Amino acid sequence: MSIEPSVRVEDKLFYNRYLVDAGRAHIKVRPHTTPSPELLTMLKACPARCYELNDKGQVEITVDGCIECGTCRVICEGSGDIEWSYPRGGYGVLFKFG
Amino acid sequence: MIEEKFDAIVVGAGMAGNAAALTLAQRGLKVLQLERGEYSGSKNVQGAILYADMLEKLIPDFREDAPLERHLVEQRFWMMDDRSHTGLHYRSDDFNEEKPNRYTIIRAQFDKWFSQKVREAGATVLCETTVTELAQDAYGRVIGVRTDRADGEIHADVVVLAEGVNGLLGTRAHLRERPKPDKVALAVKEMHFLPRETIEARFNLKGDEGMVIEAAGTISRGMTGMGFIYANKECISLGIGCLVADFQRTGETPYGLLDRFKRHPSVAPLIEGSEVKEYAAHLIPEGGFKAIPQLYGEGWVVVGDAAQLNNAIHREGSNLAMTSGRIAAEAIFQVKSRKDPMTAENLALYKTMLDESFVIKDLKKYKDMPALMHTQSQNFFLTYPELVSRAMQNFLRVDGTPKVEKEKTTFKSFIKARSWSGLFGDAFRLARAWR
Repeated sequence: MSIEPSVRVEDKLFYNRYLVDAGRAHIKVRPHTTPSPELLTMLKACPARCYELNDKGQVEITVDGCIECGTCRVICEGSGDIEWSYPRGGYGVLFKFG
Repeated sequence: MIEEKFDAIVVGAGMAGNAAALTLAQRGLKVLQLERGEYSGSKNVQGAILYADMLEKLIPDFREDAPLERHLVEQRFWMMDDRSHTGLHYRSDDFNEEKPNRYTIIRAQFDKWFSQKVREAGATVLCETTVTELAQDAYGRVIGVRTDRADGEIHADVVVLAEGVNGLLGTRAHLRERPKPDKVALAVKEMHFLPRETIEARFNLKGDEGMVIEAAGTISRGMTGMGFIYANKECISLGIGCLVADFQRTGETPYGLLDRFKRHPSVAPLIEGSEVKEYAAHLIPEGGFKAIPQLYGEGWVVVGDAAQLNNAIHREGSNLAMTSGRIAAEAIFQVKSRKDPMTAENLALYKTMLDESFVIKDLKKYKDMPALMHTQSQNFFLTYPELVSRAMQNFLRVDGTPKVEKEKTTFKSFIKARSWSGLFGDAFRLARAWR
C-alpha cells in the first residue's frame, strides 16, 4: 500500500504498564465464519492492534495490549460483533502519565 | 450489599468526577466516589492543558501544591502540508503573570493530586472498583450502583455519572446512546522525554514558560483531525486525532498517522533524540452542542465527557468537565438543602444552571461547526493547506518572476482548486458557523 516504514505497535505498547486479568478478556468477539465490515475495520482502526485475522479469515482479539480507548465499541458494539466491558477494577492498562 | 447509604455516588475520578465529588463533599454531603483505576488518574488520558479559572473556582490556592508543568506563554497554530507549515504564533509576556491562565499538566499526576483534595474534603474514594451497572427500582429510578466487588450493590439518593467519553453505564441503562463514529475522534499520543534545557532551547522558553502547537492539514490525510505538541517540563506530549468515522472510511491507522506526523520535517527536529515512555489512546467528543444527550433524570445526572461536553474548535474539554461537575454538585446541594427528592423534575436545575454557564453558551455558538468540518474535511484539511503552502512559497521564493504574475498564479490555483462559488461558499459557511 505504501512505501513508508511500517510502525511496530508492539514496541509502542512495550512502553506501557499493564496488569493483565488472565482468562477474563474484557472484550469478546462474537464467533463468526465471515467477519463483518465493522470487524474488518478494526484490523486497522485499533490503535493497539489488538484485532488480527486468523488463518481461517476470522477476526480475533487479544486484549492484553488494549489501551481501553473504546474505538471498537463505537464501531462494532452496535452491530453485535463484540461485547465490550471495562476490565475489573485495578486491571488493564495503568497509565504513568496519561 | 453495603448497608450504608450515601447522599451521592460519583462514578469516575476524572476532571468532572473530581470536581463533582469535591464540591459535594465541601457542601457537607456524604459522598462515595468510585474509580476503576488503581488510583485516580491511572485511566485518564488528555493532552493536556489545564485552565486555571475553572480550577480556581474549586481550589483557589491550587498553585501552591498542584503538579503543574509549564504555564503557557505561547500558542502556535500550524497549517501543514507534507513538507511545510504556515504558522500563526502568538506569544506575550503578559502571560508571565502572578497567576497564569493556562498550564500544561500530566494527567496521571495531576489527577492523583486532585483526588487527594477530594479525600481531604471528606469524600470516600474507592479505587480499583469498576461499576458494572446502575441499580434501578421497579419504576426505573436510579437508586445506586452495582460494582465488581463481592458486596457489590451500593445505594444513594443520586448518582453522578462522570464515567468519561466511553461511559458504559448510561448506555446500558438506556439513559443515552452510545457515541456514534462521526461524533467522536480517536487520538493517539506519545510522551517524549528530553532534558529540560533541550526543551527550553528548542521551543524558545525560559524557566517554567511553556508553549503548545496545534496543527492541522495534510497530516490528517484528508480526515477531520488535528495534531498537537505540548511542552512539559521534561517531556513533550505529542499526538494526533481524527474522527472515528474517518478512520473507518479511509482505512488509515492511528499509529501510521502518528508516525508520519513525527517524521514531518517541521516536527522531527523538535523531538530528535527523545526517549518515548508511554503510548496512549483516547476518544474525544466532537459532536458539539447537537450531540449533548439528556443530562439528568430520576436519581441521576451526567457530567463531563460522558455528556459529550467538549469544545472542539477551542480544544477545550477538561474545563467544561470541571465546570459541569461543579454545577451538577451545586444543583444537587440545592435540591438536598430544600429536602426535596432527587427526581428528574428537581434535578432539571442542573441543566438550567449549565445553560446559563459558558459551557452551553460556547457549545451553542459553534453548533454548526462540527457538521461543516466533518462534511468538508477534504477541503479544510487537504486542499486549503496545500494551496496556502504553495501561495506562501510563491510569495517568498525570489526567482525573477514579476510579482504581478506570481499573484496571478496564486489566485488561479485557488480558483482552479475550489472555483469562485466554492471559495465564497466555504467562506460564507465558515463565517456563519463561527458567528
